Amino acid sequence: MKYFYLVWSNLKRRKLRSLLTVLSILVAFMLFGYLSAIRQGFNQGISVAGANRLVVRHKVSLIQLLPESYQARMERIPGVNSAVHATWFGGIYQKPSNFFAQMPVQPERYLDMYPEYVLPAEQRAAWLATRSGAIAGKVLAERFGWKIGDRIPINATIWFKKDGGATWEFDLVGIYTGVEKNTDTSGFFFRYDFFEETRAQGSGLVGWYTVRISDPARAAETAAAIDEEFANSPAETKTEPEGAFIQGFANQIGNIGQIMMSIVAAVFFTILLVAGNTMAYSVRERTNELAVLKAIGFSDRKVLGLVLGESMLLTCLGGGLGLVLAWLLISLGDPTRGSLPVFFFPVREMIIGVGLVLGMGLIAGILPALRAQRLHIADALRR
Amino acid sequence: MMSGLVAWLMQVAAVTRFNLLTLPQRVGSSVSAIFGIAGVVAVMVGVLSIAQGILATMQNSASPLNAIVLRSGANTEMMSGLDGESVKIIAQAQGIARNEHGALASPELFVILNLPKRSTGTEANVPLRGVRENAVAVRDSFRIISGRMFGWGTNEVIVGRGANLEFSGLDVGSSVPVGSELWPVVGTFDAAGGLAESEIWVDAAVLQPAFRRGNSYQAVYVKLESTDAFTAFKDALTADPKLNVKPMREAEYYDSQATTLYNLITGLGTLIAVIMGLGATFGALNTMYTSVAARGREIATLRALGFRTVPVILSVLFESLLLALIGGIIGAGLAWWAFDGFRAATLNWASFSQVAFAFKVTPALLVQGITFALLIGLVGGLFPAVRAARQPVATALREL
Repeated sequence: MKYFYLVWSNLKRRKLRSLLTVLSILVAFMLFGYLSAIRQGFNQGISVAGANRLVVRHKVSLIQLLPESYQARMERIPGVNSAVHATWFGGIYQKPSNFFAQMPVQPERYLDMYPEYVLPAEQRAAWLATRSGAIAGKVLAERFGWKIGDRIPINATIWFKKDGGATWEFDLVGIYTGVEKNTDTSGFFFRYDFFEETRAQGSGLVGWYTVRISDPARAAETAAAIDEEFANSPAETKTEPEGAFIQGFANQIGNIGQIMMSIVAAVFFTILLVAGNTMAYSVRERTNELAVLKAIGFSDRKVLGLVLGESMLLTCLGGGLGLVLAWLLISLGDPTRGSLPVFFFPVREMIIGVGLVLGMGLIAGILPALRAQRLHIADALRR
Repeated sequence: MMSGLVAWLMQVAAVTRFNLLTLPQRVGSSVSAIFGIAGVVAVMVGVLSIAQGILATMQNSASPLNAIVLRSGANTEMMSGLDGESVKIIAQAQGIARNEHGALASPELFVILNLPKRSTGTEANVPLRGVRENAVAVRDSFRIISGRMFGWGTNEVIVGRGANLEFSGLDVGSSVPVGSELWPVVGTFDAAGGLAESEIWVDAAVLQPAFRRGNSYQAVYVKLESTDAFTAFKDALTADPKLNVKPMREAEYYDSQATTLYNLITGLGTLIAVIMGLGATFGALNTMYTSVAARGREIATLRALGFRTVPVILSVLFESLLLALIGGIIGAGLAWWAFDGFRAATLNWASFSQVAFAFKVTPALLVQGITFALLIGLVGGLFPAVRAARQPVATALREL
């Protein structure tokens, strides 16, 4: 620590160069932070999926519907605690780009199945008392500025009404929040009984089921038992853990994570080159001085430490500020304005970021530092 | 006047030549600036080529003569539904071209199947289209590239080129599991890079009972007599009280299918490129400041000899632009080499199904990338150039 002043003074010698190097490192880490939040947004749900929940869908594809009667049959299967269903409504609020998920569900059963959705007791009671009632997630309500009591018209694209109309009107009776910050609160739920009595076609059919099982360790057996129950029926099922189901969706998008990571790698490689070059240059420039330091008694290792310390200080300044800036930028909000279900800086990525800062400082500084360590006093002074 | 200009130009040329001749002394910093800029351009062109590829796939799908009819309120085939009666009425509308078998109207079903991707082995929503004989007649670009067309009335299927490449178990000779049945693959087809290449095709008469669709369809594709016939066709359908449909030109329909994905990728790509560009600009600034500082005395000497400010600025700018240009060309070339034609598939939320496409590095993208590189070079060179030109001659000469 007593050499900190020396290291700091060296950085201050070429203020502009140090500043520019810090800024370019800052940009790299800002991008790193921002991309990790986007990646988290795409992969949302995998980490929060309940280990004790299975998703049951039609074997052929998710768009095929299942009979409502499966609910009771599933709940009789050993190992199954409860089953709830949901259906994709696919309506449009004002314009198609205002995309969000709307689903008719059985209110009480659904909220019991998903304890991560928190709805105040009086709002829950209001939902149970209002047939046309609906609840929206916090993120969604904020996106459109909805308040409890608002009437929300949604235009059907799949489910038309018995009277031939396409506009469904819902009364917003509650806004749910998430238990944790990575809980998806971009959904819109309304009552299945209202849906069932109003829809023109598809009576008695639902989209998919979520099943809670008593023993997560026996998930595979329970899933097989469910599929067995409906085998050779007109609507065969495919049951998988909730995590696998959500992961399947993320995989469908293509390997976004991999693409993002290769971009980050390209950026890092670039910045590393720039920073490494700057370090190398400033060491070469100071060959004489390093030799003087050695001549007055600094050991080889100390000189190595000084140069390495300088590199670490540069990257820590840039990287640290970059990560903080990324965090600030991320808290400003999602760049796609609501298409990503969650948008935050994951703690795990923050830690990785800090690790990368240190690693980069080491790699950028190590070659010039070794060079400085190996410097022969006589040769260097003669230059 | 004229001789003044010539002298001025000669000054620019002389300083520039001198700068470039000394470039080898600054190889390290110059190369790092070049690679910094190349990295930015490669990433930018690469990401934007994904968006271009998707857009091109959608645009290749559209024929100016064709129109598509969906149920009104539906934005995609997936959401649409048309009963057999409506399909008959649509096929009789005016404006539709005819051949010896009658009107060129093709009623089609559109569903999805879950099949594993080749790359990851995880399941994806593969579009499965049920067609009638006219499907081939309305699509000029359709041709079988291996095997044969499926037999009408059988459960044989043919597979698009893109689907064949992206999903496993779709080679000629293998079978596709649909519920409890196995449908044999008998051929593969090409559709000029269009969306249909992501699909599996089967006889609609076989698909309807398999997916419990009765006698209903989801869309009707028609070939019109001329591009102008669309208005009459549209008016005839929308005026018919028995119908509740939305006719669109194919171009318009496919554009709407691509918009969300295109905007998302372009938006993200641009954001990333701008942030990276900022980083590369700092790198370029550093290189040029270093380069100018290293020649502080030489530049001061020139100015003492009577060289003017502007030629000095221009020569530094020229050097920085040259480095940027080299970086831009390397980056654009790298992106073109690595990404052009690279095949991938992603989920298009608009149709809830996979779209197979090839990354497309267009000339416009290359130009855009190199322009961006030059912009970085300009900003990166300007400040150091001005500094070099404004430093008092006496101070600079006295510096070590």
